[in-house]
Amino acid sequence: MTNNKNLKDRTLGEAMQDHGISRRSFLKFCAATASMMALPPSMIPAIARALETAKKPSVIWLSFQECTGCTESLTRSHNATLENLIFDSISLDYHHTLQAASGEAAEEAREEAMQENWGEYLLVVDGSIPTKDMGYSTIAGMSNLDMFLQTAAGAAAIISVGTCAAFGGIPHAHPNPTGAYSVYDIIKMYGNASLDGISSASISNTSGGSVADKPIITVPGCPPIPVVITGVLTHYLTFGTIPELDHLGRPKAFYGQSIHDRCYRRPFYDKGLFAETFDDEGAKKGWCLYKLGCKGPTTYNACATTKWNNGTSFPIESGHPCLGCSEPDFWDGGGFYKALSVPTIDIPSTVVYAAAGGAAAGVALGALNKNKKSNAIRQHTKTTIDDLEKE
Amino acid sequence: MSTSSSVLDSFNIQTSHDLTWNVLPLLHQVKHAMDNLLENNTNEIIDLRSIPLAPGEEDNLLKILGQGEVKAQLNALGPSEIIETQYNGVWLITHYNDENEIVSRHIEVTYMPEILLSQMQDIRSSSQRLSEKLSESQTDNSTDNGQNEKH
Repeated sequence: MTNNKNLKDRTLGEAMQDHGISRRSFLKFCAATASMMALPPSMIPAIARALETAKKPSVIWLSFQECTGCTESLTRSHNATLENLIFDSISLDYHHTLQAASGEAAEEAREEAMQENWGEYLLVVDGSIPTKDMGYSTIAGMSNLDMFLQTAAGAAAIISVGTCAAFGGIPHAHPNPTGAYSVYDIIKMYGNASLDGISSASISNTSGGSVADKPIITVPGCPPIPVVITGVLTHYLTFGTIPELDHLGRPKAFYGQSIHDRCYRRPFYDKGLFAETFDDEGAKKGWCLYKLGCKGPTTYNACATTKWNNGTSFPIESGHPCLGCSEPDFWDGGGFYKALSVPTIDIPSTVVYAAAGGAAAGVALGALNKNKKSNAIRQHTKTTIDDLEKE
Repeated sequence: MSTSSSVLDSFNIQTSHDLTWNVLPLLHQVKHAMDNLLENNTNEIIDLRSIPLAPGEEDNLLKILGQGEVKAQLNALGPSEIIETQYNGVWLITHYNDENEIVSRHIEVTYMPEILLSQMQDIRSSSQRLSEKLSESQTDNSTDNGQNEKH
């Protein structure tokens, strides 16, 4: 959290040399980074070249209506050395959970970082932003909305970390008492609003700041997989650009395939072998959890390959259906234990037709699932004790 | 990342034989990479983290590849283990962090993994260090000689 310009101007390669980190260690770091970013190992030399000359970007991290789970996920992740190196290679100028400064000193650090790096800093946001009453969530007497708009104006790009910042998350769930919205929605609603009333006198170099056209990278998940958070930061650090994104602004490297597509239980789905309850023969044999409400087919995330808890497992491997936490409105999605669309469909034949006639049947099944999900969201279906007992 | 069979048994988790059968295609990929190395001198790296492996499947794969003539230990940002498998030219490289947790695991099909080679940049700074050491010792010697002459 230093503002020392000399330190900031040094490249990552120089910083590592200063710390006595050998070239061999650096190559190991690059191999782990490529693996983390889901890049092909053939990219390792390119990553090494880019990281050696990369300069430390300034990062401002704002936390709004959130539970701090996203920060916990990142700071308690298992790749301690790797994450430390990535943290060492950014200049985290403001993060009110992690920083030592508090009160006015903390806000001065944010304003100083903005002033010094106007147009170049990365803004990381976790938590949704309330709009109903500005008093619902404030920092240093400033509403979340004002602080976000003011800080976003000078950012090179915005990274929405966690489902709350990405899609509104739990605060946005029906009936959304605080009028909470995602970063993307806030930009749509207020992106062209005048910042005159909220500009701080201490931030003078704020010319040309338009919030409406800022690139937004969404990193959803409740919480997101820690290496996905650092993977996005490292991509920016390595290539100086934002990664390739899907239609919801998620990096394709991590969210390009559904949990279902990468699930090791997928062969059971293809054969039509399902667990019907949590303690039946199918559950004991490790069959597909689709009928127990698994949202894997409509959920895009890297859990099935990256896994959690030191790479130990992910929810499906532990016998629980995917909740779909990296998808919009997952909290209102119709009950965690309600199957998407299975009971009326003969899965094995659907798969056979899909194989024989291209992906048409698979697409139809996906559309049916999406339709069922949107109906559930509209009706705000609740999970009952019966769902949990699955009698 | 390896899971002991007793843990798998106690949680009634099925192991790979009945699941995704990714071991066989991976072994074919390794075989193609070996042919490619011999014919075109091309290296290949397979990232085991990028493949959806069922519980026990990675253990199966490692068991089949076995251990060959070379086993090297690297100490750089935590330990790393570089093993040539019983199939020459097929290396298993596992990087750990300071807490001995796996951060990446690759199969590398090559004559010699690059991470084992001494790096030019490190040789350069080592050469500098040695040269400083030599000049220090020269200074010490000349000081000692000067003192001896006085006596």
